[in-house]
Amino acid sequence: MAAFIVNGRRTTLDVEADMPLLWALRDELALVGTKFGCGAGLCGACTVVIDGEAVRSCQTPVGAVEGKTVLTIEGLGESGLHAVQKAWIEADAPQCGYCQSGQIMAAFALLAGNPNPTDADIDDGMTNICRCGTYPRMRAAIHRAAALIKT
Amino acid sequence: MTIALSRRAFVRAGLTAAGGLAVAALVPGFAAAAIASGEPWGSDAAFGPEVGPFVVVGPDNSITLRIAKAEMGQGVLTALAMILAEELMCDASKVRVEYASAHRNLVDGNVYQSMGTGGSSSVRRSRVFLQQAGASARERLIAAAAAQWGAAAEACVASGGVVRHEASGRAATYGELAGAAARITLPTEPAIKTPDRFALIGSPLKRFDTPLKATGAARFGIDVKLPGMAYAAVANCPVFGGRLRSCDASKVTARRGVLAVLPVTNGVAVAADNFWRAKEALAALPIDWDFGPAASTDSAQFRAEYRAALDGPLADGGGHGDIAAALASPGKRVEALYEVPYLAHAPMEPLNATAHWTADRIDVWMGTQFPEQAIQLAAQAGGVDPAKVTVHNCYLGGGFGRRAVNDELTQAVEISKALGRPAKVVWTREEDIRSDRYRPQAALRMRAALNGDGAPAGFEFTTAVGSITRSLGWGKVENGVERQAVEGLANCPYRAGALKVLVNLRNTHVPVMFWRSVGSSQNAFALESFIDEVAHAAGRDPVEYRRALLADRPDFLAVLDALAERSGWGKPLPKDVGRGIAIHESFGTIVGEVAEVSVRSGEVKVERVVACVDCGHLVNPLTAAMQIESAVLYGLTAALFGEITIRDGRVEQGNFDSYPIARMADAPRIETHFVLSGGDKWGGLGEPGTPPIAPAIANAIFALTGKRIRALPLKNAALGA
Repeated sequence: MAAFIVNGRRTTLDVEADMPLLWALRDELALVGTKFGCGAGLCGACTVVIDGEAVRSCQTPVGAVEGKTVLTIEGLGESGLHAVQKAWIEADAPQCGYCQSGQIMAAFALLAGNPNPTDADIDDGMTNICRCGTYPRMRAAIHRAAALIKT
Repeated sequence: MTIALSRRAFVRAGLTAAGGLAVAALVPGFAAAAIASGEPWGSDAAFGPEVGPFVVVGPDNSITLRIAKAEMGQGVLTALAMILAEELMCDASKVRVEYASAHRNLVDGNVYQSMGTGGSSSVRRSRVFLQQAGASARERLIAAAAAQWGAAAEACVASGGVVRHEASGRAATYGELAGAAARITLPTEPAIKTPDRFALIGSPLKRFDTPLKATGAARFGIDVKLPGMAYAAVANCPVFGGRLRSCDASKVTARRGVLAVLPVTNGVAVAADNFWRAKEALAALPIDWDFGPAASTDSAQFRAEYRAALDGPLADGGGHGDIAAALASPGKRVEALYEVPYLAHAPMEPLNATAHWTADRIDVWMGTQFPEQAIQLAAQAGGVDPAKVTVHNCYLGGGFGRRAVNDELTQAVEISKALGRPAKVVWTREEDIRSDRYRPQAALRMRAALNGDGAPAGFEFTTAVGSITRSLGWGKVENGVERQAVEGLANCPYRAGALKVLVNLRNTHVPVMFWRSVGSSQNAFALESFIDEVAHAAGRDPVEYRRALLADRPDFLAVLDALAERSGWGKPLPKDVGRGIAIHESFGTIVGEVAEVSVRSGEVKVERVVACVDCGHLVNPLTAAMQIESAVLYGLTAALFGEITIRDGRVEQGNFDSYPIARMADAPRIETHFVLSGGDKWGGLGEPGTPPIAPAIANAIFALTGKRIRALPLKNAALGA
């Protein structure tokens, strides 16, 4: 049994405490915007934000989320597109799109901690894999989102 | 997401109730997103007045275009809709797009022609018939209006989704005309527009699928959830060609959620009520494999075998002139051996498929590059007539060739049939990497004989490489040569007194297949590295030497000259940065790339890439540029890190720690310039950006360090600390 808040909603799940949050979100809560990419914390496709921090949900047991607040891609744009999503659309970042939920959540957390990231900050802060190689456009989108957030 | 099981019935019912399109994605704050649905698969049947199989006009005046290719990141939903809209004369940004039905293509006389997505062919091979489909639909709408108004068709004009008769001032929307237009037979089909009359094609249009992908609303195969669905994890036999001997199911069947342990093609599956439970149970399952005859092979042995295979037996892969005389001539000789490893595709979405088998039909949800073949695979696995199979194609979380053969689908159908309920198979990343069908390993021996002035008297290129044709069992290899083995070599653009390509197709037990840019991925590395070597042997600048050898290829010269200018070839660079060039034609498109590469403390970093591209014409410059950027990064990953190795018959790599992919910090600045020659040329775009990047990087490293890279990946090269 685990109780936590997902996208503003109190959620109780009767699952094993060691089930990774990723699979609880996808298979139990049908929040499939968060993706499975590697299952080993290597690619970041499963990135969600827990209490403000970008976290790889495939390496986060549900038991460790007890009482915490989880934000997924579905929650980010719930009441209108977030600045990061707007910037992503303006910059035409996605290609196949599979990793993009995780990338956007990672960018959201990066900008929350550093409203004006340099290219070097983006290199350090954005470690998720994109097999389509959308990095140059994601970099531009992060700079754009930083500007949008300030206005 | 829960999908109604009989979606066909649902769509039809939805039609009756709503009188229009049943599926639309709602993305808050971005109304235009309704043009592409999160669930892109179309229905098998018409669901409104159909003005030809590609175009449906709803009573609400909506226009739906059916796209007979799969969206795997290349922007095909948008580009093909632009082609249809160019002729249909409607606002491309207001049309709705969905996938055409592969089931319908099968049972309705191949109305969508080839639905396979690959070979950088979606635009160039379907443009003419898509233009025709749009033009024919337009003329039917005009004819319907003309008949209604008693006017001549020639006096009516279609534009912006409306047909107008200027003389009388009458106008009707496509929606009002669609029913009548569907019954029109034209005496002759209209001629399609020539490029000089394009109004839409060639101008950038934002991708229809971007909002869906920025909000998590795009549905990939892995996201599908059906009522009562089982989740299955699969262990494929770790050695290709081996088989399951037995497993002790009793060790895991009591675990929470586990439904069944069952043998499947190539291995064994555990089904459970949640994927993680299935995966964990599979990890705890004692499995006894018969590894088969390849269990003692390894990469060192393969490397030696491919090298030895260069000495024959060799088949004739094409060429011209007298190579023996050229090689016997007295001038300078240059010879080099290049080697490349197996490569995995590693799409971000691991392979998966969901099947719902019943005795008289099968429904499949997955991302496939080849839905016609998926129908056949499902039918075969489930013992059902192919005409009773429907493939609901989803967004593809990357394809790169891998999703052209759907090994995972066979397993999903087997499991659904055995359990009598819908089943979703997901391969873990480890299964995805270890059970791939790989870019072939190869060795290439390149020889040049030079005249006194440094011009080539002859080139002899010998390749020892795995046969894709044999590995897939698709057709037969004729005379020891297949196109994939020699592409990029047999059509070498550089002028030489003689050219000879020799081939030894040699397969190991490791399956091989199409990997983004196929044979050009290794052949361009060898040829463009070798030309660089030859230029240096002749004491010439790499660009100037190429220019001399391309004197009778104005198409190459235009790209080369643009590239030299845009990249600032010859201009000074910081002391720890080198510059390298490569140019290559594949899939009908010439791409030249200059890479600026730094080596600091032995670490290679590609700082900047300038790409010049001649694909003849462009449909959507935005997605075209994105494809070049993507192809560069895909090839860069392979050049720097990509390597699948074999030990005890099995793939050693399993996840992104052992099979690294370029990340943000590895990504160069990429500048793409189109140098369009127009005319009749329509080249592909998904793949041609990949082949030049590895040799451009290797040549830059030579320019900087004097070390010639003749084996990939670069991570294995000692570049000093």
